[in-house]
Amino acid sequence: MALASWVVAFVVGTMVGVMRTLPGRILPSIGACYVELFRNVPLLVQLFVWFFVIPDVTPIFGDWFKQQVPPIWQEFIAGTACLGLFTGARIAEQVRSGIGSLGPGQLGAGLALGLRRRQVYLLVLLPVAYRILIPTLTSEFLNLIKNTAVASTIGYLELAQRSASMAETTSRVYEAFAAATLLYAALNLLVMLLARALERSTALPGFLGDRK
Amino acid sequence: MAFDWSSIPGSLPILWQGMIVTLQITLVGALVGILLGTLLGMLRLSPNGLLSGLSAAYVTIFRSIPLVMVLFWFHLILIPLVAGLLFPGKRLELGFLTALIAFSLFEASYYAEIIRAGILSVTKDQFNAGLALGMKRGQVMRLVILPQAFRRMIPLLLTQAIILFQDSTLVYVINLDDFFRKAYNIGNTVGTLNELILFAGAVYLVICTLASGCVRQLHRKLTVPPVK
Repeated sequence: MALASWVVAFVVGTMVGVMRTLPGRILPSIGACYVELFRNVPLLVQLFVWFFVIPDVTPIFGDWFKQQVPPIWQEFIAGTACLGLFTGARIAEQVRSGIGSLGPGQLGAGLALGLRRRQVYLLVLLPVAYRILIPTLTSEFLNLIKNTAVASTIGYLELAQRSASMAETTSRVYEAFAAATLLYAALNLLVMLLARALERSTALPGFLGDRK
Repeated sequence: MAFDWSSIPGSLPILWQGMIVTLQITLVGALVGILLGTLLGMLRLSPNGLLSGLSAAYVTIFRSIPLVMVLFWFHLILIPLVAGLLFPGKRLELGFLTALIAFSLFEASYYAEIIRAGILSVTKDQFNAGLALGMKRGQVMRLVILPQAFRRMIPLLLTQAIILFQDSTLVYVINLDDFFRKAYNIGNTVGTLNELILFAGAVYLVICTLASGCVRQLHRKLTVPPVK
Protein backbone atom coordinates (compact mmCIF):
# COMPACT_ATOMS: atom_id res chain seq x y z
CA MET A 1 0.00 0.00 0.00
CA ALA A 2 2.83 2.40 0.83
CA LEU A 3 4.43 1.82 -2.58
CA ALA A 4 1.17 2.15 -4.51
CA SER A 5 0.26 5.38 -2.78
CA TRP A 6 3.80 6.65 -3.23
CA VAL A 7 3.37 6.32 -7.00
CA VAL A 8 0.06 8.18 -6.84
CA ALA A 9 1.55 10.81 -4.58
CA PHE A 10 4.60 11.29 -6.76
CA VAL A 11 2.61 11.77 -9.97
CA VAL A 12 -0.02 14.00 -8.38
CA GLY A 13 2.56 15.94 -6.41
CA THR A 14 4.69 16.62 -9.48
CA MET A 15 1.72 17.71 -11.55
CA VAL A 16 0.30 20.02 -8.91
CA GLY A 17 3.72 21.35 -7.99
CA VAL A 18 4.50 22.19 -11.61
CA MET A 19 1.05 23.71 -12.02
CA ARG A 20 1.77 26.15 -9.24
CA THR A 21 4.92 27.40 -10.97
CA LEU A 22 3.30 27.96 -14.36
CA PRO A 23 2.50 31.45 -15.60
CA GLY A 24 -1.10 32.57 -15.67
CA ARG A 25 -3.67 32.72 -12.93
CA ILE A 26 -6.02 29.79 -13.16
CA LEU A 27 -3.70 26.78 -13.03
CA PRO A 28 -1.61 28.03 -10.09
CA SER A 29 -4.70 28.82 -8.04
CA ILE A 30 -6.23 25.41 -8.77
CA GLY A 31 -2.99 23.92 -7.49
CA ALA A 32 -3.06 26.14 -4.42
CA CYS A 33 -6.65 25.15 -3.62
CA TYR A 34 -5.76 21.48 -3.92
CA VAL A 35 -2.84 21.82 -1.55
CA GLU A 36 -4.79 23.85 1.02
CA LEU A 37 -7.71 21.43 0.93
CA PHE A 38 -5.67 18.30 1.48
CA ARG A 39 -3.29 19.79 4.00
CA ASN A 40 -5.91 21.34 6.23
CA VAL A 41 -8.22 18.37 6.74
CA PRO A 42 -7.02 15.67 9.15
CA LEU A 43 -5.94 12.45 7.51
CA LEU A 44 -8.42 10.41 9.51
CA VAL A 45 -11.32 12.54 8.29
CA GLN A 46 -10.12 12.17 4.71
CA LEU A 47 -9.94 8.41 5.17
CA PHE A 48 -13.52 8.32 6.36
CA VAL A 49 -14.58 10.37 3.38
CA TRP A 50 -12.93 7.86 1.05
CA PHE A 51 -14.27 4.85 2.94
CA PHE A 52 -17.87 5.91 3.49
CA VAL A 53 -18.86 9.07 1.71
CA ILE A 54 -17.42 8.63 -1.77
CA PRO A 55 -18.81 5.12 -2.38
CA ASP A 56 -22.16 6.36 -1.10
CA VAL A 57 -22.59 9.46 -3.20
CA THR A 58 -21.13 8.38 -6.54
CA PRO A 59 -24.00 6.65 -8.35
CA ILE A 60 -22.60 3.97 -10.65
CA PHE A 61 -19.07 3.58 -9.39
CA GLY A 62 -20.24 3.44 -5.77
CA ASP A 63 -22.69 0.59 -6.29
CA TRP A 64 -20.13 -1.41 -8.22
CA PHE A 65 -17.50 -0.67 -5.61
CA LYS A 66 -19.63 -1.74 -2.67
CA GLN A 67 -21.08 -4.87 -4.26
CA GLN A 68 -18.43 -6.29 -6.55
CA VAL A 69 -15.14 -5.46 -4.86
CA PRO A 70 -14.09 -7.71 -1.97
CA PRO A 71 -13.72 -5.85 1.35
CA ILE A 72 -9.95 -6.21 1.56
CA TRP A 73 -9.59 -4.56 -1.83
CA GLN A 74 -12.08 -1.87 -0.91
CA GLU A 75 -9.88 -0.98 2.01
CA PHE A 76 -6.77 -1.09 -0.14
CA ILE A 77 -8.17 1.09 -2.92
CA ALA A 78 -9.71 3.66 -0.61
CA GLY A 79 -6.57 3.76 1.53
CA THR A 80 -4.27 4.13 -1.45
CA ALA A 81 -6.34 6.87 -3.03
CA CYS A 82 -6.53 8.74 0.24
CA LEU A 83 -2.86 8.44 1.21
CA GLY A 84 -1.75 9.12 -2.34
CA LEU A 85 -3.71 12.33 -2.70
CA PHE A 86 -2.87 13.42 0.85
CA THR A 87 0.86 12.91 0.37
CA GLY A 88 0.58 14.36 -3.13
CA ALA A 89 -0.40 17.71 -1.68
CA ARG A 90 2.71 17.72 0.49
CA ILE A 91 4.99 16.65 -2.34
CA ALA A 92 3.51 19.38 -4.53
CA GLU A 93 4.75 21.98 -2.07
CA GLN A 94 8.22 20.48 -2.15
CA VAL A 95 8.36 20.22 -5.92
CA ARG A 96 7.28 23.83 -6.11
CA SER A 97 9.96 24.99 -3.73
CA GLY A 98 12.49 22.76 -5.51
CA ILE A 99 11.72 24.37 -8.85
CA GLY A 100 11.63 27.75 -7.16
CA SER A 101 15.11 27.19 -5.76
CA LEU A 102 16.52 26.82 -9.26
CA GLY A 103 15.79 30.41 -10.11
CA PRO A 104 14.33 31.82 -13.33
CA GLY A 105 17.65 31.58 -15.18
CA GLN A 106 17.32 27.89 -15.97
CA LEU A 107 13.84 28.28 -17.42
CA GLY A 108 14.96 31.26 -19.47
CA ALA A 109 18.04 29.43 -20.75
CA GLY A 110 15.94 26.43 -21.76
CA LEU A 111 13.47 28.59 -23.61
CA ALA A 112 16.28 30.48 -25.29
CA LEU A 113 17.66 27.20 -26.59
CA GLY A 114 14.39 26.70 -28.44
CA LEU A 115 12.91 24.08 -26.11
CA ARG A 116 9.20 24.13 -25.50
CA ARG A 117 8.03 24.86 -21.98
CA ARG A 118 7.09 21.22 -21.49
CA GLN A 119 10.52 20.12 -22.62
CA VAL A 120 12.22 22.58 -20.32
CA TYR A 121 10.33 21.15 -17.35
CA LEU A 122 10.93 17.52 -18.29
CA LEU A 123 14.55 17.80 -19.39
CA VAL A 124 15.97 20.64 -17.35
CA LEU A 125 14.01 21.70 -14.29
CA LEU A 126 12.53 18.49 -12.88
CA PRO A 127 15.66 16.31 -13.02
CA VAL A 128 17.64 18.90 -11.11
CA ALA A 129 14.80 19.64 -8.71
CA TYR A 130 14.33 15.97 -7.85
CA ARG A 131 17.97 15.55 -7.00
CA ILE A 132 17.85 18.53 -4.68
CA LEU A 133 14.64 17.27 -3.13
CA ILE A 134 15.72 13.72 -2.28
CA PRO A 135 16.16 14.38 1.47
CA THR A 136 12.73 15.95 1.91
CA LEU A 137 11.09 13.39 -0.34
CA THR A 138 12.61 10.68 1.84
CA SER A 139 11.08 12.07 4.99
CA GLU A 140 7.78 12.35 3.15
CA PHE A 141 8.06 8.66 2.26
CA LEU A 142 8.74 7.83 5.90
CA ASN A 143 5.64 9.77 6.87
CA LEU A 144 3.67 7.86 4.29
CA ILE A 145 4.78 4.53 5.74
CA LYS A 146 3.71 5.69 9.16
CA ASN A 147 0.40 6.93 7.82
CA THR A 148 -0.44 3.50 6.40
CA ALA A 149 -0.83 2.53 10.05
CA VAL A 150 -3.75 4.94 10.26
CA ALA A 151 -5.35 3.43 7.17
CA SER A 152 -4.99 -0.15 8.30
CA THR A 153 -6.21 0.76 11.75
CA ILE A 154 -9.59 1.70 10.38
CA GLY A 155 -10.06 -1.69 8.78
CA TYR A 156 -8.92 -3.32 11.98
CA LEU A 157 -11.24 -1.26 14.12
CA GLU A 158 -14.20 -1.95 11.92
CA LEU A 159 -13.51 -5.63 12.39
CA ALA A 160 -13.02 -5.25 16.11
CA GLN A 161 -16.23 -3.33 16.58
CA ARG A 162 -18.21 -5.82 14.62
CA SER A 163 -16.98 -8.92 16.39
CA ALA A 164 -16.33 -7.86 19.97
CA SER A 165 -15.38 -4.84 22.03
CA MET A 166 -11.78 -3.81 22.44
CA ALA A 167 -11.78 -4.92 26.07
CA GLU A 168 -11.62 -8.57 25.08
CA THR A 169 -8.13 -8.29 23.67
CA THR A 170 -6.04 -11.27 24.58
CA SER A 171 -2.31 -11.48 25.08
CA ARG A 172 -1.99 -12.67 21.50
CA VAL A 173 -2.91 -9.17 20.41
CA TYR A 174 -0.06 -7.72 22.41
CA GLU A 175 2.43 -9.96 20.67
CA ALA A 176 1.13 -9.20 17.20
CA PHE A 177 1.10 -5.60 18.15
CA ALA A 178 4.69 -5.51 19.41
CA ALA A 179 5.78 -7.22 16.21
CA ALA A 180 3.97 -4.64 14.11
CA THR A 181 5.63 -1.79 15.99
CA LEU A 182 9.08 -3.27 15.56
CA LEU A 183 8.38 -3.87 11.90
CA TYR A 184 7.47 -0.23 11.36
CA ALA A 185 10.59 0.94 13.13
CA ALA A 186 12.80 -1.45 11.13
CA LEU A 187 11.17 -0.44 7.84
CA ASN A 188 11.74 3.21 8.60
CA LEU A 189 15.39 2.69 9.47
CA LEU A 190 15.90 0.70 6.26
CA VAL A 191 14.37 3.42 4.11
CA MET A 192 16.49 6.01 5.91
CA LEU A 193 19.70 4.11 5.10
CA LEU A 194 18.71 3.51 1.47
CA ALA A 195 17.85 7.15 1.07
CA ARG A 196 21.20 8.22 2.42
CA ALA A 197 22.94 6.02 -0.16
CA LEU A 198 20.71 7.38 -2.93
CA GLU A 199 21.42 10.91 -1.80
CA ARG A 200 25.13 10.41 -2.01
CA SER A 201 25.06 8.78 -5.42
CA THR A 202 22.90 11.52 -6.95
CA ALA A 203 24.41 14.52 -5.20
CA LEU A 204 24.84 17.53 -7.47
CA PRO A 205 28.37 18.81 -7.71
CA GLY A 206 28.64 22.35 -6.42
CA PHE A 207 25.84 22.12 -3.86
CA LEU A 208 26.26 21.82 -0.10
CA GLY A 209 25.28 18.15 -0.13
CA ASP A 210 28.17 17.18 -2.37
CA ARG A 211 30.75 15.27 -0.36
CA LYS A 212 32.92 13.94 -3.13
CA MET B 1 -27.25 10.86 -3.22
CA ALA B 2 -29.27 13.72 -1.78
CA PHE B 3 -27.77 15.23 1.34
CA ASP B 4 -29.77 15.84 4.47
CA TRP B 5 -28.14 18.47 6.62
CA SER B 6 -31.05 18.85 9.06
CA SER B 7 -29.42 16.82 11.83
CA ILE B 8 -26.45 19.15 12.20
CA PRO B 9 -27.94 22.23 13.96
CA GLY B 10 -29.44 20.10 16.73
CA SER B 11 -26.20 18.25 17.36
CA LEU B 12 -24.01 21.33 17.66
CA PRO B 13 -23.92 21.30 21.52
CA ILE B 14 -22.68 17.71 21.54
CA LEU B 15 -20.14 18.49 18.85
CA TRP B 16 -18.93 21.44 20.91
CA GLN B 17 -18.24 19.12 23.86
CA GLY B 18 -16.13 17.04 21.51
CA MET B 19 -14.35 20.13 20.26
CA ILE B 20 -13.43 21.01 23.85
CA VAL B 21 -11.79 17.60 24.27
CA THR B 22 -9.91 18.13 21.00
CA LEU B 23 -8.74 21.57 22.09
CA GLN B 24 -7.65 20.34 25.51
CA ILE B 25 -5.55 17.60 23.96
CA THR B 26 -4.04 20.05 21.48
CA LEU B 27 -3.23 22.61 24.15
CA VAL B 28 -1.73 20.23 26.70
CA GLY B 29 0.10 18.29 23.99
CA ALA B 30 1.62 21.46 22.58
CA LEU B 31 2.60 22.99 25.93
CA VAL B 32 4.07 19.89 27.55
CA GLY B 33 5.54 18.91 24.19
CA ILE B 34 7.35 22.23 23.87
CA LEU B 35 8.65 22.09 27.46
CA LEU B 36 9.91 18.52 27.14
CA GLY B 37 11.09 19.22 23.61
CA THR B 38 13.19 22.17 24.77
CA LEU B 39 14.77 19.97 27.40
CA LEU B 40 15.43 17.18 24.90
CA GLY B 41 16.74 19.59 22.29
CA MET B 42 19.23 21.10 24.73
CA LEU B 43 20.29 17.69 26.04
CA ARG B 44 20.90 16.59 22.46
CA LEU B 45 23.38 19.42 22.05
CA SER B 46 25.05 18.99 25.42
CA PRO B 47 28.73 18.06 25.45
CA ASN B 48 27.89 15.05 27.64
CA GLY B 49 27.84 12.05 25.28
CA LEU B 50 25.50 9.95 27.39
CA LEU B 51 22.84 12.66 27.70
CA SER B 52 22.90 13.59 24.03
CA GLY B 53 22.80 9.90 23.09
CA LEU B 54 19.75 9.27 25.26
CA SER B 55 17.96 12.26 23.86
CA ALA B 56 18.80 11.21 20.28
CA ALA B 57 17.50 7.70 20.98
CA TYR B 58 14.24 9.05 22.41
CA VAL B 59 13.65 11.28 19.40
CA THR B 60 14.54 8.62 16.84
CA ILE B 61 12.35 5.98 18.44
CA PHE B 62 9.27 8.16 18.73
CA ARG B 63 9.71 9.55 15.25
CA SER B 64 9.95 6.14 13.63
CA ILE B 65 6.80 4.71 15.24
CA PRO B 66 3.41 5.74 13.86
CA LEU B 67 1.32 7.86 16.22
CA VAL B 68 -1.48 5.31 16.09
CA MET B 69 0.92 2.69 17.40
CA VAL B 70 2.08 4.97 20.19
CA LEU B 71 -1.53 5.59 21.21
CA PHE B 72 -2.21 1.86 21.21
CA TRP B 73 0.84 1.13 23.31
CA PHE B 74 -0.17 3.62 25.93
CA HIS B 75 -3.82 2.66 25.80
CA LEU B 76 -3.44 -1.11 25.90
CA ILE B 77 -0.24 -1.72 27.81
CA LEU B 78 1.61 1.09 29.55
CA ILE B 79 -1.16 3.07 31.23
CA PRO B 80 -3.17 0.04 32.44
CA LEU B 81 0.06 -1.42 33.77
CA VAL B 82 1.00 1.69 35.72
CA ALA B 83 -2.56 2.22 36.91
CA GLY B 84 -2.67 -1.40 38.03
CA LEU B 85 0.47 -0.88 40.10
CA LEU B 86 -0.67 2.37 41.67
CA PHE B 87 -4.32 1.60 42.27
CA PRO B 88 -4.67 -2.17 42.29
CA GLY B 89 -8.12 -3.58 41.76
CA LYS B 90 -9.80 -0.42 40.51
CA ARG B 91 -11.21 0.14 37.07
CA LEU B 92 -10.45 3.67 36.05
CA GLU B 93 -11.62 5.76 33.13
CA LEU B 94 -8.23 6.62 31.72
CA GLY B 95 -8.85 7.36 28.06
CA PHE B 96 -8.41 11.11 28.33
CA LEU B 97 -5.33 10.90 30.52
CA THR B 98 -3.82 8.34 28.18
CA ALA B 99 -4.34 10.65 25.23
CA LEU B 100 -2.77 13.58 27.09
CA ILE B 101 0.31 11.60 28.11
CA ALA B 102 0.78 9.89 24.76
CA PHE B 103 0.40 13.11 22.77
CA SER B 104 2.73 15.05 25.07
CA LEU B 105 5.49 12.47 24.87
CA PHE B 106 5.03 11.94 21.15
CA GLU B 107 4.96 15.62 20.27
CA ALA B 108 8.00 16.25 22.49
CA SER B 109 10.13 14.28 20.03
CA TYR B 110 8.97 16.43 17.12
CA TYR B 111 9.36 19.66 19.07
CA ALA B 112 12.83 18.55 20.14
CA GLU B 113 13.95 18.47 16.52
CA ILE B 114 12.47 21.90 15.78
CA ILE B 115 14.11 23.36 18.86
CA ARG B 116 17.44 21.75 18.14
CA ALA B 117 17.41 23.25 14.65
CA GLY B 118 16.42 26.60 16.15
CA ILE B 119 19.32 26.55 18.61
CA LEU B 120 21.73 25.53 15.87
CA SER B 121 20.56 28.44 13.72
CA VAL B 122 22.01 30.89 16.23
CA THR B 123 25.65 31.38 15.39
CA LYS B 124 28.44 30.10 17.51
CA ASP B 125 29.84 33.61 17.90
CA GLN B 126 26.88 34.49 20.08
CA PHE B 127 27.68 31.63 22.40
CA ASN B 128 31.32 32.56 22.62
CA ALA B 129 30.47 36.21 23.11
CA GLY B 130 28.28 35.25 26.05
CA LEU B 131 31.06 33.16 27.56
CA ALA B 132 33.53 35.98 27.02
CA LEU B 133 31.25 38.31 28.98
CA GLY B 134 31.69 35.99 31.94
CA MET B 135 28.32 34.21 31.80
CA LYS B 136 27.97 30.56 32.67
CA ARG B 137 26.91 28.11 29.97
CA GLY B 138 23.41 27.86 31.41
CA GLN B 139 23.08 31.63 31.47
CA VAL B 140 24.21 31.98 27.87
CA MET B 141 21.65 29.39 26.84
CA ARG B 142 18.83 30.99 28.79
CA LEU B 143 19.56 34.67 28.21
CA VAL B 144 21.20 34.78 24.80
CA ILE B 145 20.58 31.72 22.68
CA LEU B 146 17.05 30.59 23.57
CA PRO B 147 15.32 33.98 23.18
CA GLN B 148 16.70 34.32 19.65
CA ALA B 149 16.04 30.69 18.82
CA PHE B 150 12.44 30.86 20.02
CA ARG B 151 11.79 33.99 18.04
CA ARG B 152 12.81 32.13 14.90
CA MET B 153 10.98 28.96 15.87
CA ILE B 154 7.59 30.37 16.81
CA PRO B 155 6.04 29.90 13.34
CA LEU B 156 7.33 26.32 13.19
CA LEU B 157 6.13 25.56 16.71
CA LEU B 158 2.67 26.86 15.87
CA THR B 159 2.57 24.92 12.61
CA GLN B 160 3.40 21.80 14.56
CA ALA B 161 0.53 22.66 16.93
CA ILE B 162 -1.82 22.81 13.94
CA ILE B 163 -0.60 19.39 12.85
CA LEU B 164 -1.19 18.21 16.41
CA PHE B 165 -4.72 19.60 16.24
CA GLN B 166 -5.32 17.49 13.13
CA ASP B 167 -3.61 14.42 14.53
CA SER B 168 -5.75 14.57 17.65
CA THR B 169 -8.49 12.97 15.53
CA LEU B 170 -6.52 9.77 15.97
CA VAL B 171 -7.77 9.43 19.56
CA TYR B 172 -10.57 7.75 17.63
CA VAL B 173 -8.62 4.52 17.96
CA ILE B 174 -8.62 4.60 21.76
CA ASN B 175 -12.37 5.22 22.01
CA LEU B 176 -12.12 8.78 23.21
CA ASP B 177 -14.92 11.14 22.21
CA ASP B 178 -13.19 14.02 20.52
CA PHE B 179 -14.83 16.30 17.96
CA PHE B 180 -14.56 13.91 15.04
CA ARG B 181 -15.66 10.84 16.92
CA LYS B 182 -18.70 12.67 18.28
CA ALA B 183 -19.57 13.67 14.74
CA TYR B 184 -19.12 10.10 13.59
CA ASN B 185 -21.27 8.71 16.39
CA ILE B 186 -24.10 11.16 15.78
CA GLY B 187 -24.00 10.39 12.08
CA ASN B 188 -24.06 6.71 12.79
CA THR B 189 -27.06 6.96 15.12
CA VAL B 190 -29.10 9.40 13.10
CA GLY B 191 -28.22 7.79 9.79
CA THR B 192 -26.61 10.84 8.21
CA LEU B 193 -23.03 9.63 8.44
CA ASN B 194 -21.94 11.20 5.14
CA GLU B 195 -23.16 14.66 6.07
CA LEU B 196 -21.55 14.56 9.51
CA ILE B 197 -18.20 13.41 8.13
CA LEU B 198 -18.21 16.13 5.50
CA PHE B 199 -19.28 18.71 8.08
CA ALA B 200 -16.46 17.70 10.42
CA GLY B 201 -14.01 17.88 7.54
CA ALA B 202 -15.23 21.37 6.65
CA VAL B 203 -14.82 22.53 10.26
CA TYR B 204 -11.25 21.26 10.38
CA LEU B 205 -10.56 22.82 6.98
CA VAL B 206 -11.79 26.25 8.07
CA ILE B 207 -10.01 26.22 11.43
CA CYS B 208 -6.70 25.00 10.04
CA THR B 209 -6.74 27.33 7.03
CA LEU B 210 -7.42 30.31 9.27
CA ALA B 211 -4.79 29.24 11.78
CA SER B 212 -2.10 28.70 9.19
CA GLY B 213 -2.98 32.05 7.64
CA CYS B 214 -2.39 33.69 11.03
CA VAL B 215 0.91 31.85 11.41
CA ARG B 216 2.01 33.16 8.01
CA GLN B 217 1.20 36.72 9.08
CA LEU B 218 3.06 36.25 12.33
CA HIS B 219 6.03 34.81 10.50
CA ARG B 220 6.23 37.94 8.36
CA LYS B 221 6.08 40.13 11.44
CA LEU B 222 8.62 38.20 13.47
CA THR B 223 11.31 37.83 10.85
CA VAL B 224 14.37 39.72 12.00
CA PRO B 225 15.77 41.82 9.17
CA PRO B 226 19.35 40.88 8.32
CA VAL B 227 22.00 43.03 9.95
CA LYS B 228 23.86 45.20 7.48
